[in-house]
Amino acid sequence: MPGVSPPPTSFQDIILRLQQFWAAQGCVILQPFDMEVGAGTFHPATTLRALGPEHRWNCAYVQPSRRPTDGRYGENPNRVQHYYQFQVLMKPSPADAQDLYLASLYALGIDPARHDIRFVEDDWESPTLGAWGLGWEVWCDGMEVTQYTYFQQVGGIECDPVPVELTYGLERIAMYVLGRESLFDLPFNDPEAPGAKTYRDVFHRAEREYSAYNFEHANTQALFRHFTDAETECQALIDQRLALPAYDHCIKASHLFNLLDARGVISVVERAAYIGRVRTLARACCEMWLEAA
Amino acid sequence: MPDFLLELFSEEIPARMQARAAADLDRLMGEALAAERLAPEVTATHVTPRRLVYAASGLAARQPDLAEERKGPREDAPQQAIDGFLRSTGLTLDACELRDTPKGRTWFAVIHRPGRASEAVLGEVIARVLAGFPWPKSMCWGETKFRWVRPLHHVLAVFDGRPLPGAFAPDEGLSLAFTDKSRGHRFLAPDPFPVAGLTDLKAGLAGAHVVLDREDRRRAIAEGAARCAEAAGLRLRDDPGLIDEVAGLVEWPVVLAGRIDEAFLDVPEEVLVTAMRTHQRYFACVDGTGRLAPRFVMVANTEARDGGAAIVAGNERVLRARLSDARFFWDQDRAKCLDDHLPALAEIVFHAKLGSMADKVARLERLAARLAEAIPDADPMAAERAATLAKADLVTGMVGEFPELQGVMGRYYALAHGEDAAVADAVAAHYAPLGPSDDCPSAPVAVAVALADKLDTLAGFFAIGETPSGRGDPYALRRAALGVIRLVTENGLRLGLSDLFRSALAAYPEDVTGIYPQEHVDSLVGFFADRLKVALRDRGVRHDLVDAVFALGGEDDLVRLIDRVTALGQLVDSPDGANLLTAYRRAANIVRIESKKDKIAGYGDPDRARLAEPAERALADGLSASGDQAARHAASEDFAGAMTALAALRAPVDAFFDQVTVNADDAALRRNRLALLQHITATLDRIADFSKIQG
Repeated sequence: MPGVSPPPTSFQDIILRLQQFWAAQGCVILQPFDMEVGAGTFHPATTLRALGPEHRWNCAYVQPSRRPTDGRYGENPNRVQHYYQFQVLMKPSPADAQDLYLASLYALGIDPARHDIRFVEDDWESPTLGAWGLGWEVWCDGMEVTQYTYFQQVGGIECDPVPVELTYGLERIAMYVLGRESLFDLPFNDPEAPGAKTYRDVFHRAEREYSAYNFEHANTQALFRHFTDAETECQALIDQRLALPAYDHCIKASHLFNLLDARGVISVVERAAYIGRVRTLARACCEMWLEAA
Repeated sequence: MPDFLLELFSEEIPARMQARAAADLDRLMGEALAAERLAPEVTATHVTPRRLVYAASGLAARQPDLAEERKGPREDAPQQAIDGFLRSTGLTLDACELRDTPKGRTWFAVIHRPGRASEAVLGEVIARVLAGFPWPKSMCWGETKFRWVRPLHHVLAVFDGRPLPGAFAPDEGLSLAFTDKSRGHRFLAPDPFPVAGLTDLKAGLAGAHVVLDREDRRRAIAEGAARCAEAAGLRLRDDPGLIDEVAGLVEWPVVLAGRIDEAFLDVPEEVLVTAMRTHQRYFACVDGTGRLAPRFVMVANTEARDGGAAIVAGNERVLRARLSDARFFWDQDRAKCLDDHLPALAEIVFHAKLGSMADKVARLERLAARLAEAIPDADPMAAERAATLAKADLVTGMVGEFPELQGVMGRYYALAHGEDAAVADAVAAHYAPLGPSDDCPSAPVAVAVALADKLDTLAGFFAIGETPSGRGDPYALRRAALGVIRLVTENGLRLGLSDLFRSALAAYPEDVTGIYPQEHVDSLVGFFADRLKVALRDRGVRHDLVDAVFALGGEDDLVRLIDRVTALGQLVDSPDGANLLTAYRRAANIVRIESKKDKIAGYGDPDRARLAEPAERALADGLSASGDQAARHAASEDFAGAMTALAALRAPVDAFFDQVTVNADDAALRRNRLALLQHITATLDRIADFSKIQG
C-alpha cells in the first residue's frame, strides 16, 4: 500500500496537495477558466482537448463552478451557487488510472485501511455538451467524493483515444477530511495562521448577494437578449473558423441559460429547447476545433 | 482429462449486470467450445464486482481428429476437372481412391484433419467470446477499440495447470498476456498470486479477502445483517432485492450497524427507508411492533483496522445530511396545503402534444367523477377531489428529491391539511397497480382515480399515435392497460371498455383526438384484447378461448367476457365439449368444401319438411332447444348454464354423423342436410366463435 499522507489542515491545503500530486504525474496544471461555467468539464482544456488535436493530453486544474439554482443565500450548510471542482483529464486514459486516482486520495490523508472506498455505477451525461461516458461515482464511507468517467463522446463526436475525467467535489471532500458539518466552517487557509479565514469569511457574503441576484434581480429581458447575442456570435465565429472564441460564446450561452432557469422564466418545454440550442453550439465548436486544427 | 480456468479481471462491473454476464459467459463459452469440437464435462461460473470466472473440467487435450470425405469427378472426366479436384483437396491422385458408384467409377478424397492442441484453440475461443460479449452497455478506454463493460486488466487463462501461450490482443491498443496470476481484494490483498485451477483460485481468493461465489456473499450479507439487527433487539426489514444488489457491490462483505438520530423519526417511514435504501443501500430495522427503529445496517467492502468505527461514523454523517434535507422538505412542503402547489403543475409537461400536468389533472377530475358514478359506493365528489390533488406532490420538494415517493407524500400532505382519509388514500394509491404482483386498489374512490389516471394516459397516447410497438413501450402503456384490466376485473366493475375509452378521449381537445375519435376507441379495444390475453395467459387461460369470445364482437364488459371465457374453457375441457368441438369442425369443413363446389355462400335455414331420417329430426330439435336455452342463459349471464345446454348437443350430433349420409343422391335432400350442418356451427357460434379454438 502506498504511503498515506497526514490529514490536510485546510481547504486550500487540499487544493495544493491535489495540484502537487497531479503535477507529479506529469499533468499540465492549468488555472481556472476565466468565465462563468457550471462545471469543470466546460473548461476548453477538457471539452475541446478531450477530442484533439494532440494524441496525449494530461491536465489538472481547479474550476470555480456556478450553479445559480443551488444558491441558498448562504443558509444551507451543504449547498451553494458557487463552489469548487478539481478536475483531471488524462488522454488516453492510462491503464493504471484507478490506482492513480486512489493514490490521490491517499495524498489527502484518506487511508483505505480505515475507510470504505467504492466504485458505484454512475453513467455520466451532459446534454448541453452532447457528451457522455461510463464510470462510477466514488464513495468514501457512503459519501460521493468524485465523479469518475471514461468519456465516450464529446460534442457528439466519438473520443479516440478515450480520456478519463476525474471531478472531485472539493467542499464535500474537505468537510469530510476536515470534520466539519457546514462548508462555511471549513478553514480556508492554515487555521493557526494570523490571518486565518474560514470559507464563511471568504464566500458567505457572495452567497447572499449572488442568491439575491440569481433568484430575484437578474434582468431576464436582458438575459434573453444576451443569450441570443451569444448564440449569434458563436455561430458567426464558427463561420470564421475560430473554434476557441466561438466556444467562449457557447459557454456564455450555457451560463445565461442557467441564470434564466434559476429565475424560473423558462418553462419545462422551453427548457429542453434551450439545452438543445446550447448543444448545437457545443457540437459546432467541437467540430470546428478538430476541423480547423 | 485436463481442466480450464478463465478469469476476466476488470474495473468494477455494475451490480445489476453481473448475474446476466455470468450466464452469458457460460453459454457463449459452451457454444464456442462446441464449435471447436470440445466438450467440457462440467462447467461453473462465478462473478464478483471485479471478476468474471469460467471453469471447465474434463476438457480434451486435443480436438478430435476430423476425417472429411469429398466426392470428385468420374475416372473418365477430362484432366482439367481432375486437376481442379486435386487442387481443391490439396492431395495427389495416388492419395485418392476410386470407387464404384451408380454413375460409374469416381474419384474420392479422404482428407484427414488432425485435431489441434486445445491450448491453442482456447486462445482463439476466448478472443471470439470476448469480442461479441453482450454487455447491456459497454465502453472503450485508452487506445483500444475493444469494448468491455469497464477497462479489462488481466485475462487469467490456465489449461492443465499452465497459462495458455500468447495473449488476448484484440487490436494494437490492447494486449493482455494470458496469465496464471490472480489478485485479491483491492486494498486488503492486492498482490498477484499464481493459480493452477478453480480450486486454487477459490482457496487463494478466500485467503485474499474475496468471496468468489455470489451466493456465499448473499448468505454472508443476509445472515450478518440479521445478526446485527438481533444484537440490537431488532428485526431486519425484509429486502431480498437489496441483498442481491449489495452482493454485487462488494467482494468482501463486512456488515456494520449505524444509528439514525431520533430527531428524524417523525419524518414518514417511507422517506427514511427510501433515503437509506435507494441512495445509500442501507438496510432498515424494525422493532417488535414493526415500527422503524433508529438503526441501520450497512455492508462495507473492507475490514477496517479500527473495526469499522470511522466507516460507521462517515456513513452516519452522510445519512444525517440526507435526512436533514428530507426533514427540511417535510416541514417546508407541509407549510403549504396541496392546493397551493397546484399552479406549479402547469409548468410540468405531461407530453408535448398532450399538455401540462395541470391539463391532465383537469381531465382526471371530470373522468374520475364520472367513473365514480358507475363504481358502487364511490362518492363522485370525493373522487373529483382526489383527482385534483393526485399530482400535486410532484412539485413538492420531497418528491423532487425522492421521485419514488410520488403519491405516498401526497397522502401525507393531504392528511396534514385535514383531507378526508378516502381522498388521501386515493392520492397514494392512484398509481397502482404497477405490475401483475403489485397490490390493486379496492377502495372505491381510489379505484376511480386509479382508473381515470390510466385511461387518460392510454387515450392520450393512442390519440397522438404513440402506441407501443415491438419491444418499445416508452410510456408504459402495456402496464397501464394491465392496470385497467386488474382494476376492473378484481373489483368486479361492470363497465364497458368502449364507453371508458370514449369518456377518456372526450376529455381531450379535438386537435388531439381528431374529428373521429372512434378510430382510437377501436384501436384501444384491439390493444386491450391482446393485453387481456397476456393477463389471462398468466392466470393459465388459453388465448384461443379469449379469441373465440372476442370474435363475437361487441363484448367489452371485461367481467362478463372473463366469465364467458372461463365457462367456455370448462366446456372444451369436458369430454362432451371436446366431442362437440370435433363435430363442429367436421360440420364446418363439410359445409366449406361443399359450398365451394356448389359455388354458393351458404345453405340458408334447413327445411323441417325435408328432414327425412329420425337422427336428422332429433338434431334439428336439439339445435333449436339447446340454442334457445344457451342464448337464454347467456343473456342472463349464466355462461356455465349456456355451456351445459350446448354440451347436450353431443348425442344428437354424434347420432347424425353416424346414421345420416350428408351427400345424398337427391340434390334437395343433400342441400337440406348441408343447411342442417351449417345450423350446428351457427348455433355454437352464438355463444363463442368455435372456429378460433385450437387443439
